[in-house]
Amino acid sequence: MKLDNIIEKMLAAAREDRPSDHVPYAFEKRIMARIAEQSATDFWTVWSRALWQSVAPSAAVAVVVAAWLSLSPAQPNRAALDPELEQIALLAVELPAK
Amino acid sequence: MDEQSDHELIRAVLGGSASSFEPLIARHQPRVFATARRYARREIEVEDIVQEVFIKAFRRLSSFRADAPFEHWLMRITVHTCYDFLRNHERNREYNITDISDVEEDWLDKVGDDEADRTQVNRAAAKQLLDRLIAGLSSKDAMIITMLDLEEKSVKEIAALTGWSESMIKVRAHRARLEMRKMLARIAPEKYL
Repeated sequence: MKLDNIIEKMLAAAREDRPSDHVPYAFEKRIMARIAEQSATDFWTVWSRALWQSVAPSAAVAVVVAAWLSLSPAQPNRAALDPELEQIALLAVELPAK
Repeated sequence: MDEQSDHELIRAVLGGSASSFEPLIARHQPRVFATARRYARREIEVEDIVQEVFIKAFRRLSSFRADAPFEHWLMRITVHTCYDFLRNHERNREYNITDISDVEEDWLDKVGDDEADRTQVNRAAAKQLLDRLIAGLSSKDAMIITMLDLEEKSVKEIAALTGWSESMIKVRAHRARLEMRKMLARIAPEKYL
């Protein structure tokens, strides 16, 4: 007998032997429980994923700010700034007294 | 009580009533089970596949377009999940074409007789042999042969379910049949070569 015929006979036998569509008892309840379980853990999955995804942009922003600060030519003079800051801060306190 | 249609249930699920998904599962799970049993032998694996299908369906439900039946959409997910299962188990598949059982050998000896095709034992032996041949194919070829020759789906239907091109399916089916012939010849070279 030719190989093709043998394979065709095998296929015919397998076609006759259809797989069962039997469903285990309350299987839909099991799936619903799994879905509910996964929805609860999903929040933390999304949160951790968002944290990981924000690592690279945050690092990039930090590098850019650090570079900008170190390369910026005009650094404010702290000695000159302090009295001005004090004056402005105290102005609010002094105003009601006048 | 009137049974809600698939589309009504889907609208309810998308509207926030997750429990409306349960009747959808109950309605469609027999077909998903039957399909999964074509690709997985152990019942525990079948259950895992079915569970994964419905979890994926639940998560992707917002992408379901109501212009087609829900069952078609669900069957696409089922086929892809079965394909993933085959790919993940490709290396572990039991493929031992020459080490056949006595019943299988007996079936091959009597394959020409009419009686060999009729009895339940012989049909089981033929199916076992076919399973061995299919296990020797790549996952894609195994999917194609199963859908084309066992489920008797058309090339067009397979293309719609899998997203693979019709020409690729035809070429792969042809090559897979050649491969199956080669494997069968290896079982009993004295008879077939």
